[in-house]
Amino acid sequence: MATRASHNARRSTYGCLSVRTLIALFVSLALSSLAHAADSRKSGFDFMQPSTQATQLDDTQNPAMLWVKDGQLLWNKPDGSAAKSCANCHGEIARMRGVAPRYPAYSSAQKKVVNLSQQISQCRIEQQRATPWPFEHESLLGLEAAIAKESRALPVKPPEHPLLVEAQKRGTTLFNQRIGQVDLSCRDCHDTLAGKKLGGNVIPQGHATGYPIYRLEWQSVGSLQRRLRGCMTAVRAEPYAFGASELVDLEAYLAKRAAGMPLEAPAVRP
Amino acid sequence: MARTLITVPETAKAGEIIEIKALVQHPMETGYRRSSDGDMLPRDLIRTFTCHFVVGPTAASAAEAGELVFAATFHAAVAANPYLSFNFRATASGTLVMVWNGDKGFAQRETVNLRVS
Repeated sequence: MATRASHNARRSTYGCLSVRTLIALFVSLALSSLAHAADSRKSGFDFMQPSTQATQLDDTQNPAMLWVKDGQLLWNKPDGSAAKSCANCHGEIARMRGVAPRYPAYSSAQKKVVNLSQQISQCRIEQQRATPWPFEHESLLGLEAAIAKESRALPVKPPEHPLLVEAQKRGTTLFNQRIGQVDLSCRDCHDTLAGKKLGGNVIPQGHATGYPIYRLEWQSVGSLQRRLRGCMTAVRAEPYAFGASELVDLEAYLAKRAAGMPLEAPAVRP
Repeated sequence: MARTLITVPETAKAGEIIEIKALVQHPMETGYRRSSDGDMLPRDLIRTFTCHFVVGPTAASAAEAGELVFAATFHAAVAANPYLSFNFRATASGTLVMVWNGDKGFAQRETVNLRVS
């Protein structure tokens, strides 16, 4: 009898536990869906005027599509002493879907974390045996924009690699580091003051989901590094040079910060 | 060669009103700005745009004959990479001939075929 009672007791305890586990599971599910619904992250798109939003949404109006068109031509154009085009190795450009949301990523060939434009330069040197384009070159931006456009609406998804994690950590430090005579960090504006105004402009949350972008202020397409350098100059700090590892680290952190948000490239920004 | 992006529906029904969109790459430098070195940046503007419609099955190679569909003059206040959109009533198949002319000898000519059924 005694054994049986204890057996029953144990059974009921197990029953209780499983119900409790179920409840816990439901609660955690509900919480996670709540957290998902309450994702307070907003793309820069959400802070723009309706007219600027319309320019981005209509490919026939988006001036960045001029660069994309150029990039699509370059994709199929043989170049360098190897006389190879991007298409010779990679096939159609449509197969680049899913590539842009991964960057910055660790490159085993370069033994460092690189962004998409540095990967393109790597391909130009190694595969095409051509001289790489300088940073912010029209053709480089065009090719990057054309590749990024293929991944439109896909979520930003940094790959998992221990060295990328290191870069993201360094990027976090840089993001939180006060710099310049104005003594501001990225966080001070884009976390603490996001949604408020700086002069006449709304401060966005700084999610880099649309790069390379057509920026109305630039009247041309530019990279995320150009944007980051612009912010650094604005707080009167000395900007890092194009391609500097610090800028790539920042890019890596921003990608982690925007993970899961849809890619909008090539976006239009004011 | 400047880059252009022209959007015209490939086919249209006779009498249908179609929308033509034209985007051209151009700096539209006003002539009022200075470079970071302090030098005046010379004016470099698109001055005129015309769109003619040449009736006929083959692409028009000659100078713009045909009917004027739309014309515009540009000035310093127009943004870089100007975008135009206008409407056109398609009555017969033909070719749309678009020409941008500007400073520094800028001349861009693009043709688009339109099939009207």
